[in-house]
Amino acid sequence: METLAGIDYPTLWFLVVGGLFSGYAILDGFDFGAGAWHLFFNQEKSRRLALNAIGPVWDGNEVWLVIGGGALFAGFPVMYATLLSGMYIPFMLFLMFIIFRAVSIEFRSKEEMAWWRKMWDISYSVSSIVLPFLLGIVLGNVLLGLPIGENFEYEGGGFFTFLNPFALMVGTSTLALMMSHGAIYLLLKTEGRMYAKLTVLLKKGMIFFMVSFGITSLYTLIYIPHLSDTFRNQPVLFIVPLLVFLSIANVPRLSSKKKYGQAFFFSSLTISLLLVLVAIELYPNLLVSTLDPQYTITVYNAAASDKSLGIMLTFAAIGTPLVIGYTTFVYLTFRGKVKIDEMSY
Amino acid sequence: MDVEILSRIQFAFTIAFHYIYPPLSIGLGLIMVIMESLYLKTGNKEYELLAKFWTRIFALTFGIGVATGIVMEFEFGTNWATYSRYVGDVFGSALAAEGIFAFALESGFLGVLLFGWNRVKPWVHWVATMGVFLGSMFSAVWIVIANSWQQTPAGFHVVGEGMEARAEITDFWEMVFNPSSMDRLIHTWQGAFLAGAFLVLSVHAYYLRKGRFVEISKKAFRIALVVATIFSLSQLVSGHSSANGVAENQPAKLAAFEGHFEASAPGDMYLFGWVDKESQQVWGIKIPGGLSFLLDYRFDTPVTGLNAFAERDRPSQINAVFQFYHIMISIGMFLIALTLFACYKWYRGDLFETKWLLWVFSFSVILPQVANQVGWYAAEMGRQPWVVYGLLRTSDALSKSVTENQVLFSLIMFFFIYTLLLLLFLYLLNKKIKHGPYDEEEDNDLPFQREVAQSFSNPK
Repeated sequence: METLAGIDYPTLWFLVVGGLFSGYAILDGFDFGAGAWHLFFNQEKSRRLALNAIGPVWDGNEVWLVIGGGALFAGFPVMYATLLSGMYIPFMLFLMFIIFRAVSIEFRSKEEMAWWRKMWDISYSVSSIVLPFLLGIVLGNVLLGLPIGENFEYEGGGFFTFLNPFALMVGTSTLALMMSHGAIYLLLKTEGRMYAKLTVLLKKGMIFFMVSFGITSLYTLIYIPHLSDTFRNQPVLFIVPLLVFLSIANVPRLSSKKKYGQAFFFSSLTISLLLVLVAIELYPNLLVSTLDPQYTITVYNAAASDKSLGIMLTFAAIGTPLVIGYTTFVYLTFRGKVKIDEMSY
Repeated sequence: MDVEILSRIQFAFTIAFHYIYPPLSIGLGLIMVIMESLYLKTGNKEYELLAKFWTRIFALTFGIGVATGIVMEFEFGTNWATYSRYVGDVFGSALAAEGIFAFALESGFLGVLLFGWNRVKPWVHWVATMGVFLGSMFSAVWIVIANSWQQTPAGFHVVGEGMEARAEITDFWEMVFNPSSMDRLIHTWQGAFLAGAFLVLSVHAYYLRKGRFVEISKKAFRIALVVATIFSLSQLVSGHSSANGVAENQPAKLAAFEGHFEASAPGDMYLFGWVDKESQQVWGIKIPGGLSFLLDYRFDTPVTGLNAFAERDRPSQINAVFQFYHIMISIGMFLIALTLFACYKWYRGDLFETKWLLWVFSFSVILPQVANQVGWYAAEMGRQPWVVYGLLRTSDALSKSVTENQVLFSLIMFFFIYTLLLLLFLYLLNKKIKHGPYDEEEDNDLPFQREVAQSFSNPK
């Protein structure tokens, strides 16, 4: 098996996919979060400001989903096939809401009628709430493992089996995390009355997150103790949950000082660290079979060939600086508070 | 209905709907780059007005293209799990390359293209437009390579057997330059340029007929006419080259294109016709030996026919493949005639006075769209019963764990959402076109002329 810096290719690709997913969660996370608050803004002007705050960037943020999905497909075809075909209905609903959200943003501003705008406002906000929730449902079920049988085929039940208590809690925590993340982003982009309102909303968002995250953590430790096995076996890894808590604590601390730029940094860091936590809990598994350990999908039995992974690692090495380049360019172009002009939504 | 049929209908429906939009984005991208380049070169603000107008329409097509495109990527995993496991090693790398090299470029610069007019210098904006255009071109590169690999697999070997079998990549560049990829890429790009150019022609022909925005419409019409003429003609060359490739690499598909049954006999070329599969006859008008001539420049060269293949190894819907292929060719020929005639009128100087011709252009917007669609139907249905030609059958490629009801649910869901999307798209497109590039006022001045006029009449 080929290695780079002592790490084998499947593990490296696991890190790449993890990096892409956390990039996606941070970026689309804030625009999901902004959308989830949308109906809390009562005035037309605030709603337009909120939409235009994410206007030039949300599409680019969604690219991370496309790249992350492609990376999972290419690097771990078995995982991609089993997860998506097994969780068929949740992913179909996810696609439906992704479409609704995109067209709501695009179409809302095209007519003046109040009913038209209200309809798209609701569709936009509801899909922005459902999407992170569904992602959390998927994550929760991946952490629990799925009934996987011969040829890595899913052998479990339909949609409602995925709505187990643990997955619901992970879903709620994900939504709460995105909402406070999104509120911080909007605070960076707005001024005046809207800014004042957002400081209140952010407080609610942070409390929502801390409560739901606390309950989820407690539930995990009591009812699903095997998820923390890795940490019991290698106590040095406890540094990660410790960092998670420190990072979370920084968000309200900096927010109360109105240092929202730094708060946004720690909010993003929290998202990444939580995914690091997930990665440590899973690795080297990707999807545990609850039927028979021999059908558990791991980074090794799911991986593409070393040849293919080598090619894609080269892509990643060339592509990453480019992607960071244009992302920086677009965020710099639209830095500062939102301004509405003739081309705005 | 079983899972296979439902999944095929769903994939066909979602990809056909998706494929309305990316060709428009690519084609409009090219026209916008030309308009902005002319603005930079001449400093004439009319070109900027045009570029801004088409950017607004571009935004509409791009947004729907992205949203419906994400669906395509996910469907490989949800509905075609066995396929995904089989091809992931090869196909996945092309898809990953699309994401990182093409899609990121497109969407990265999109924000500046749409919202950056007043924030960056004109040349920086031009760079953004170019970035989005190139990104959409690169997107087509990787997607067409991935699809061409399914048509003419190369640069791989098969590891394992039965359900465990996987295609693994052995040579990346051989996979990229598989026998059909370059012909098909050029054919696809040009089809997209035509889709964009004919939308521009249609809209400005409408303004010219109505006597609105006349001066800038003439400019836009000429730009689009040049693009449309060049690529209608060159499409003939790439189409010919592509058909030769099909003859060499997928003889069963070529035989279905022309309804050619006899295992080894000179092939006829039909202008139009109807295939009766039972009697193995084609009713219609033909050039005897025409197919042989196109492939070998001799009327009596034998061409491999459908009967050279076992029933289970050749496409079953021969008449459909035949019709789709012939509709595409007829439209191609018509577009060549139309654009050449319009160029002749332009040369004569009465292009914009020929009302009936402008009417024809207004309606022709649908033609490249139809040709793009049916061309893909012919290509994909002609490959059946294989999903990867000669390696993996479509019936084996399904997700084993997905049930009939689940697919029925998602199919109905997509049907409703996409119908709604199409109606909204047409409504908003119509509205934007009706409104036009700028607000019309009685003095007939262009917006930037009004600003100048106001600065004179309101001295500070």
